[in-house]
Amino acid sequence: MDVPGLFSDLFFDYTLRTIALGSAILGIVSGALGSYAVLRKQSLLGDAMSHAALPGIALAFLLTGSKMPLVLIVGAAAAGWVATLFIMSIVNTTRVKYDTALGMVLSVFFGFGLVLLTIIQKRPDATQAGLDKFLFGQAAALLERDVVTMGILGASAILITMLLWKEFKLLSFDPDFASTLGFPVRILDIILTTLIVIAIVLGLQTVGVVLMSAMIVAPAASARQWTDNLGIMIILSAFFGALAGISGALLSASVPRLPTGPTIVVSVSVIVIVSMLLAPRRGILWRWWRERRQRGRLRLEGILEDLYSLALEHNDPGHAHSLSVLRLMSAGKGGVEKSLEILSERGLVRAVRPGEWALTTAGLEEAEKTMSERSGMSDER
Amino acid sequence: MNSEAAITVEDLTVAYGEKPVLWDVDLTVPSGVLMAIIGPNGAGKTTLIKAVLDLVNTAAGQVLIYGESYQKQRRLVGYVPQRGSVDWDFPTNVKDVVMMGRYGALGWLKRPGRQERDMALAALEKVGMSRYAERQISQLSGGQQQRVFLARALVQDALVYLMDEPFQGVDATTERAIVSLLQELRAQGRTVVVVHHDLQTVPEYFDWTALLNVRLIASGPVQEVFTEENLRLTYGGRVSFLRHGEPNGAPEAEKRTGERGI
Repeated sequence: MDVPGLFSDLFFDYTLRTIALGSAILGIVSGALGSYAVLRKQSLLGDAMSHAALPGIALAFLLTGSKMPLVLIVGAAAAGWVATLFIMSIVNTTRVKYDTALGMVLSVFFGFGLVLLTIIQKRPDATQAGLDKFLFGQAAALLERDVVTMGILGASAILITMLLWKEFKLLSFDPDFASTLGFPVRILDIILTTLIVIAIVLGLQTVGVVLMSAMIVAPAASARQWTDNLGIMIILSAFFGALAGISGALLSASVPRLPTGPTIVVSVSVIVIVSMLLAPRRGILWRWWRERRQRGRLRLEGILEDLYSLALEHNDPGHAHSLSVLRLMSAGKGGVEKSLEILSERGLVRAVRPGEWALTTAGLEEAEKTMSERSGMSDER
Repeated sequence: MNSEAAITVEDLTVAYGEKPVLWDVDLTVPSGVLMAIIGPNGAGKTTLIKAVLDLVNTAAGQVLIYGESYQKQRRLVGYVPQRGSVDWDFPTNVKDVVMMGRYGALGWLKRPGRQERDMALAALEKVGMSRYAERQISQLSGGQQQRVFLARALVQDALVYLMDEPFQGVDATTERAIVSLLQELRAQGRTVVVVHHDLQTVPEYFDWTALLNVRLIASGPVQEVFTEENLRLTYGGRVSFLRHGEPNGAPEAEKRTGERGI
């Protein structure tokens, strides 16, 4: 692949610029709104709604004979909505649980959509060509007017999110409390769900119904790793979404016949993996490293304290003790000799004779400090 | 102080499916009392609070706050939900959660500002949590979470407070701190209704109580209704911590059987 060439094309090639812009918009909108879906533990709702959109797209085409994106988007949104209503009414009127209802509706709608798609494709005329692109997405098919539509819808969705910032935050954190404050929780819920539906249908043409839910969940889950602030999380999630969107779309556009959905999912997966591993505090590697360091520090402190208590017993801070006694006191945790070497490098202990160790004056102070810190910590509730 | 009842519940019935959770409850909470709602698990204590707050669908009955419907008087009522009812891993900090108590007064679209922040900090000071204002809520202990919720209710500046198990999972020191805070609220003429689990502390902490087991068994001043007979009616034959022949007697330390112990 000619990377520098691709970059110059990004700015000067009309098709590539359209594709990149469209994918960026879809990434920003799905990343931002996906944050709410993830925080409200509704990640799978996106999956259900995107799969359920397929029969809507097919029906819209069958009824109108048009492949205008706006027509198909309206069909997709309507079907997604009907699916959501089905899920809610199943949960409310039967004993079927939420996840089961989700799974049922998702597969029934998707299956129905596939049937419709097959029927459409068997028709003799050639107008159906391209509808199956909605399965896995084809960013290369984006036209400038599609991008304009996406831009307007996406900007409205983001604007509403910004206006209802505090309401959505409260709704996501504590809906019952929001209700007691007088906010119409059900209406807010409908607005937020509608915005998520918009985010999903915006991406259907580019990413496809099968993998669109990845764009709702993955950027938000990655962003959550890096920050504990809702605003930063949403901005970061939008950025991750745009990054994955653009790189996935360009990748797909530069390889013939490669659908965009899979390439975007591969790109976003890289972001997810890096975030899960490396993010400070929540990342796996970070935690592992911190635990290791903690263990090392505790071991050193333990030996200092052992020496200190031995010194107290003998009433002599400089009293030397043999390695075997210290090994015994550390209860077989091992690494005593190495820890002593580290401590002596720091000037906290000294070897009086080979295999006999004692605290230095600095070591004595350090031991007293850590012990008082620890008892201070247990006082703190 | 207002002579009118703070909360009036009339003929309240709530059912989940076919099973009634609350059956024909009539309850009057006078203004300015500190009241405990007690009763066994599944007695409908939480449901009663949620029904007053219009958070559950009621099959029958009505709720009045100072003589008017709850919808009209919403602003007068503060709420402390159960600690476990929210996800404490939500990306926000202590001060932000407390400021949420002002969202209702702020109204639509307006963002919280300096005034809200100052109120939140003052409330955190009151519950002994000012040091934690900027802390992530995921890093709080159970007792600290409880105090954050209390602070959030304080900034609501309500006349009537409904609290669902504010002592759940807090240590003895925090419990005493919360109790004195509740008593301070009562001293200001506010009404505080608490879902409570520990029968031992009812006479010490509260001046009013309601005994509930799907139906309302009794309600009134603690000295009058917190009797062995009423407790037996509420909990079945399972409560034996009151001394025989001493209907209003102090709890006996060696025979402690709170609800949790059963």
